[in-house]
Amino acid sequence: MAVLVLTAWWMGHNAEVNMQTRGVASGFDFLDRPAGFDITQALVPYEPTDTHRRVFLVGALNTLLVAALGIAAATGLGLLAGVLRVSRNYLARTAATAYVELARNTPLPVQILVWYNLMLVAPPPKDALGIDGLIFLTNRGLYLPKPVFNAEGGTALAAGGAAVVVGALLASWLKRRRTFTGHAPSPRWGWALAVAGVVAALVVTGNPTGFDLPHLEGWGFTGGVSLAPALTALWAALSFYTGGFIAEVVRGGLNAVSPGQGEAARSLGLDEGQALSLVVLPQAMRVIVPPLASQYLNLTKNSSLAVIIGYPDLVAVFAGTSLNQTGQAIETLALVMAFYLVISLSISAFMNWWNSRSAVWAVSR
Amino acid sequence: MSAPARLRPRSSPFVWLRRNLFATPFDAVLTVSLTVLIAWGLWSALQWAVIDATWVGDSRAACEARDGACWAIVTARWRQVVAGFYPEGHLWRVAAAGVCLAMAVSPVVVRKGWSFALAPLGVVGAFAFLGGGGLLPRVPTEYWGGVFLNFLIGISGAVFALPLGILLALGRRSHLPVIKTLSVGFIEIVRGAPLITLLFMASVVLPLFTPTGVSLDKLTRALVVITLFESAYMAESIRGGLQAVPKGQSEAARALGLDPWRTTALIVLPQALRVAIPAIVNTFIGLFKDTTLVYVIALLDVTGVMRQALADYSWQGLEAEAYVFIALVFWITCFAISRWSARLERAGGRLKEAR
Amino acid sequence: MLKRITAAAVLAITALLAGCKDPGSAVSEPPPAAAPVEGVPDAGLAGKPRASGETLKAIRARGRLNCGVNPGLVGFSYTDNRGRWRGFDVDFCRATAAAVLGNPEAVRFVPLSSKERFTALQSGEVDVLWRNTSWTFSRDASNGLDFAGVNYFDGQGFLVRRSLELNSATELNGARICVQTGSTTELNLADWFRAKGLKYDAVVVDTEDQARANYAKEACDAFTADISALAAARSTMNSPGAHVILPEVISKEPLGPVVRQGDDQWADIVRWVLNASILAEEFGITAKNVDEVRKTSTNPEVRRLLGVEGGYGRTMGLSDEWAYRQIAGVGNYGEIFERNVGQASPLKLARGMNALWNANPPGLMYAPPMR
Repeated sequence: MAVLVLTAWWMGHNAEVNMQTRGVASGFDFLDRPAGFDITQALVPYEPTDTHRRVFLVGALNTLLVAALGIAAATGLGLLAGVLRVSRNYLARTAATAYVELARNTPLPVQILVWYNLMLVAPPPKDALGIDGLIFLTNRGLYLPKPVFNAEGGTALAAGGAAVVVGALLASWLKRRRTFTGHAPSPRWGWALAVAGVVAALVVTGNPTGFDLPHLEGWGFTGGVSLAPALTALWAALSFYTGGFIAEVVRGGLNAVSPGQGEAARSLGLDEGQALSLVVLPQAMRVIVPPLASQYLNLTKNSSLAVIIGYPDLVAVFAGTSLNQTGQAIETLALVMAFYLVISLSISAFMNWWNSRSAVWAVSR
Repeated sequence: MSAPARLRPRSSPFVWLRRNLFATPFDAVLTVSLTVLIAWGLWSALQWAVIDATWVGDSRAACEARDGACWAIVTARWRQVVAGFYPEGHLWRVAAAGVCLAMAVSPVVVRKGWSFALAPLGVVGAFAFLGGGGLLPRVPTEYWGGVFLNFLIGISGAVFALPLGILLALGRRSHLPVIKTLSVGFIEIVRGAPLITLLFMASVVLPLFTPTGVSLDKLTRALVVITLFESAYMAESIRGGLQAVPKGQSEAARALGLDPWRTTALIVLPQALRVAIPAIVNTFIGLFKDTTLVYVIALLDVTGVMRQALADYSWQGLEAEAYVFIALVFWITCFAISRWSARLERAGGRLKEAR
Repeated sequence: MLKRITAAAVLAITALLAGCKDPGSAVSEPPPAAAPVEGVPDAGLAGKPRASGETLKAIRARGRLNCGVNPGLVGFSYTDNRGRWRGFDVDFCRATAAAVLGNPEAVRFVPLSSKERFTALQSGEVDVLWRNTSWTFSRDASNGLDFAGVNYFDGQGFLVRRSLELNSATELNGARICVQTGSTTELNLADWFRAKGLKYDAVVVDTEDQARANYAKEACDAFTADISALAAARSTMNSPGAHVILPEVISKEPLGPVVRQGDDQWADIVRWVLNASILAEEFGITAKNVDEVRKTSTNPEVRRLLGVEGGYGRTMGLSDEWAYRQIAGVGNYGEIFERNVGQASPLKLARGMNALWNANPPGLMYAPPMR
């Protein structure tokens, strides 16, 4: 114990002396100094005259964006591959296995570089691939239509959102009643209500939505939403890589459900898909969720590899450009690590909550 | 699943096809479309990578005549790809270090108590051969590199991390709040941080923590960080193993009069480690793949060497070949290890059922 | 449980930050004299490395120069197929080693990322950086660093396709521009466009090499980097003639060697290694004719440079033959330039600003007299 404390003190002392003799500033004052560099993708308004504090925010949001996109795609891909791995179709099984082994056994940095260079193989804007007027793939990114709202848009959005929330609550209440009492209207009524609400909101406000379509103009495409090649490549690589791991998690979960369950469901007249989605998967979820959560955490951490291809995530802009500009390595790296630590702790907290919940559920059955 | 299969009549190829490929109309569509897709993919890959490829040459110019891959970038720099910039006359030392590293991983195969002593011995031996000193002339770490560096970092990181991970896992179960808090805190902080930020720390922050004038070399710093990183993950794998050891085991040991230390060291740990080996191997695969990251702090591992080749005028523009090659190296290694580890796991499972 | 984890995390981060007290309160004591640590590689710098002369002493004791270089930059620092380091900066490392130790091969090349280069120099991992580093006020004044001259005058420019028919970078309003991240290049780009009130879309990547690849595949309309890099990039394109470098030079990038602040003798040595190579070109001394010139020359300045008279080397703590060995080993400035980036190389860069001051057309390379 004493040794630990002494070592820490000694290292701190060294750092102090070193930084002083090398004229390196310390402390967090730099956060309020102007950054002076531009960031290519910012979800909140950002100018080069903004502070390093703002850079942190922009970087953190970019990290969260690619992590959220990646989690969604990786879950879908992993679920598909995991289910296919236990499929009865030999080819599908083999293809899924090949995918899983390829994704899991090659280094992610290399996968990112490969995807990035694949993106560059896409044609330049003047001969873009895509469906005219809707979606374009070029080596400058992926362009999609962007929904736009006019003055009433806010009202419509709020009303539609409220309808979805109410519908979802109703659906889950109906589902619970159905489970416990055995007779209640189908939960689908809740979802129907949500859809009806959204449509009604649109009609009443006079359909204020429209789409801003990407089109070729000037230097390239304008309009619409564009995903830069770096983001698209990082998204693809993270989803491809993590999808392989999630597939294994899903397969493990499906194997943990006794085969009798699926057979019983089928003998009750459910078809293959229904047996899977209504009987087997819900039971598998208990086994799947904890490792799944840690895969989500890994994906979020791995998004820091963005620095390799210049996607402006937290590590690239804050522990990269900001660090280079200010030279304050200890402070920038500590802040970045604290950010990831908060995410990691939130996910562990969620996992603990889920574990205790599913444990209670298992007991109360 | 296997039991009912045995009850079915012996299958002919036709029955197998029917059951595995054309069970339902949907299956048939899936099968046909997948066949076309896979065949096309495999054929174009084969054409690029083998049929139309150029295998030898001094520069990119040698590849211009053909459409396929330009593997000359790998073959022309073969020595760097394997061993970095290690001096030509001393390559036997790399081979000797390779033997030492093989010795260092042998305990996972042998799985006898005494064999675990080989691990640190092998790693120390590898460093002694590579680094030199005494009879062998010194070779500074800037000259180490290539695929060998990935293996060196991966294996020695794991070997150093294992004892540390055991301590952390035990610390996490400790009844002393200080030790428990420190262990949990360390594990959570390290597992919460991306390796790349830790490597940045190794390259720009760690030098601040040593007295002016004393500089730890970069490979050492990277190894320290990777070992610490790995130990947190090892600790979690071992914790799983510890949880799998029935409480009765330690109670019985206590009843026989063993003190808590001996109970842990002689009864609980050996069983826990045996259970944890597949998890440890999986952690190792993850770590081994992560060693490609050291190129961001300008260590010349296989990625660094290939990127350096791309910075040579004679090889510019061959990114595809460089990255596909690296992917292949890791795929072969990691796939082999994971297969072997899965077999180990199954063997362990059978053992448990048999008991 | 969670609370405890959080508490531990906070504790650890505080411990991490323990070293960064407010600079005003830091005690100003001399750095502790470190005892040579056993097992630590290269503890040759032990003692007070900041005092004048210590660096040279450490290099002599070690028998090798530790030279910080770029891990890979076309023409400036790269390795060939046989694993030998080559390039413009690399040759200056060799020149330094030849001057100091008499052997151009007594160099240990330490590849450094741009992030760690100054830390590596400050901590004594390397003795000098010959690593395409721009000399700027803040780097020179604040980080405990000293620049010892300029071995390559560069400036940032734009490379575009000829087919766009642009005459000036001001016509790039709204264009997509490929740029390497984390460098002054990125900042200059932002500043220049802001000053002109123009807009652009940056495509940032982490290496110049990748930026070039992006541009080559038309992932951006223009590629901005130092002009030397642009010229190098252009030469690797499928049809170099289809690309032009726009006339605007939006920044000054004087690239030069960097040493630790405080060891004046060592700074002098590095400065004069560079000056000697320029003087040698001025006097027409090359690697080939240096032996003959040394024997036959009657020019007193040449005789002083080559150590025939004057005993100038000893003043810096070197042997009198330092410049002779340097020129015999790697040649003069012009030779180093032509071999690595000039007409004798695939890059075919023109001398431009890097021509001698008295050349035609004149450049900026000028060395003080040997007197």
